[in-house]
Amino acid sequence: MTHSSSLRRALPGKVADILIYIFCIALIIACLYPFYYVLMYSLSEPKQAPGRVFLWPVGFSLKTYAGIFKLNDIPSAFMVSVARSVLGTVITILCSSFFAFLTTKREMLFRRVVYRVVVISMYINAGLIPWYLTMRAYGLRNSFLLYILPGAVTAYYVILLKTFMEQLPKELEESATIDGAGLGTTFFRIIFPLSKPIVATVGVYSLVGQWNQWTDNYFLVTDERLQTLQMVLYNYLNQASRMQNMTSSAIDPSALVSSITPTAVKMCITIIAVLPILFVYPFLQRYFVKGIMIGAVKG
Amino acid sequence: MQTQSMSVKKGPALLRSQKKRTGLKLFLMALPFVLVVVAFAYVPLAGWAYAFFDYRPGIPLSETAFTGLKVFGKMWANRAEIARVMRNTLVLSFMGIVTSPLPMIFAILLNEIKSNKFKRLVQTVATLPNFISWIVVFSLAFAMFSSDGMVNSLLRLLGMGPIDLLGNAEVAWAFQWALATWKTLGWSAIIYIAAITGIDTALYDAAHVDGANRFQSIIHITLPGLSSTYFVLLLLSISNILSNGFEQYFVFYNPMVAEKIEVLDYYVYRVGVLTNDYPQSIALGMMKTLISVALLFTANNLSRRVRGEPIV
Repeated sequence: MTHSSSLRRALPGKVADILIYIFCIALIIACLYPFYYVLMYSLSEPKQAPGRVFLWPVGFSLKTYAGIFKLNDIPSAFMVSVARSVLGTVITILCSSFFAFLTTKREMLFRRVVYRVVVISMYINAGLIPWYLTMRAYGLRNSFLLYILPGAVTAYYVILLKTFMEQLPKELEESATIDGAGLGTTFFRIIFPLSKPIVATVGVYSLVGQWNQWTDNYFLVTDERLQTLQMVLYNYLNQASRMQNMTSSAIDPSALVSSITPTAVKMCITIIAVLPILFVYPFLQRYFVKGIMIGAVKG
Repeated sequence: MQTQSMSVKKGPALLRSQKKRTGLKLFLMALPFVLVVVAFAYVPLAGWAYAFFDYRPGIPLSETAFTGLKVFGKMWANRAEIARVMRNTLVLSFMGIVTSPLPMIFAILLNEIKSNKFKRLVQTVATLPNFISWIVVFSLAFAMFSSDGMVNSLLRLLGMGPIDLLGNAEVAWAFQWALATWKTLGWSAIIYIAAITGIDTALYDAAHVDGANRFQSIIHITLPGLSSTYFVLLLLSISNILSNGFEQYFVFYNPMVAEKIEVLDYYVYRVGVLTNDYPQSIALGMMKTLISVALLFTANNLSRRVRGEPIV
């Protein structure tokens, strides 16, 4: 190992390091700046904002936020989205984890078939119209249950939960059974608390999935009171006419009328739609990663 | 101890019947959950039958004429349109498959960063776009790239002409690919990051002693260590070749780019919901699912033969 050869080796290494840093910083900007830009725009004075917002708000103002919260559809949609996320996640966690627990029981009759039927559901997709007709036949059109029932037993979550539960020491469960604990007690007192890490992962997946879901709303829910935040955002992004209505009449009769622009409204709703995720995301990121790892082990 | 002595007293026949009873009880407890899955995943398959009837929304199936395979004739008559949809579907899928090593490369680059804090920051930020809906992605893209968006405002300040990405058929494929990559890069990299941490560090130490540089270590240790993960994901993406996803193409759809980004998932929606041709939409969706399942089986068999284990 001569001096010159280690130098020759070190120099390209340094260049590579610098290139990697440049790439990563560019990636950070590409991933964060759009959110930042929309946030800055939403905090700007609507009339002054177009073409002038880049790094900070132009003429700071919260009047667009104040304006949209006076409308009925945004607060209502926000509550519907919160409700479906929370209730849907609770139901999914309870059903999927209890089912996963049952499938870890070797004594179960037809255990393989039962598990297969659920896992295979991941790969079959009847298609849009058959799905629509079925949900309609179940009476789930314009029903809140449409948001929370279909995902109650989700194959992917069941796989994650079952894989985790199978790694738990069998002795704990056996000793509980000997002590006379029934299935329910064993599950709620022993297995469920021990599975907390994977339950948290599934919970986080489900929360984010529910919060972002909108196709069920789009195809099957026309009831104004059941619109989700994503759907309302989509409508504002697309319906120029509706925007006109809202900027002229809905915020009426306050002095805001002419000072809010459709673009500013879109920016504000976008922020409201991503804020909950931006807020919880840094805290929950490790759970996302854990899920992927367990899923990967399973293949 | 106690249970053992009890069961001896009861005798093997009694024990067997008791075991059967527990088995049945467990099955009956699992049944409601299975029924939920059947109701929401399998029952809709019965809707495929509508493809063979002259079904119109609002008229009961019993009053509609059986048309047999006529729907496939209708699809044949539509072949120019369907060919275009298939072209878009396959082009966009292939762009994804050709660039599928990107998350792996990104994971390797991340692994080369010495500062753990910076590494975690990059990973966290890059994963974020995966957790927002396509509607929000559309809103962000509109804020950035529309004619009054940030990019064009900046170009105007610099005295340069406007660029159009949202309504430009010429760049539509590349733009949609870029959006999908932006959204999924960090998330897809996680599995490789996990796989890299699983590689035995003794290998790197040995290579270092032998005089291998970083690049050589990557080529001879990291890449071989990741190849089986990559292979599995590649097979899965090949079996998903017909599913570009509905949401992305629904939100970015507009008449200017329709010809380029109308993919199968969107077409099934357009034929079914917008033109109300249920049988044809159902037939298209049915063929898509059947082909996808066949591809998955093929991929699975291929994996079993090459790697000695199936992927699903």
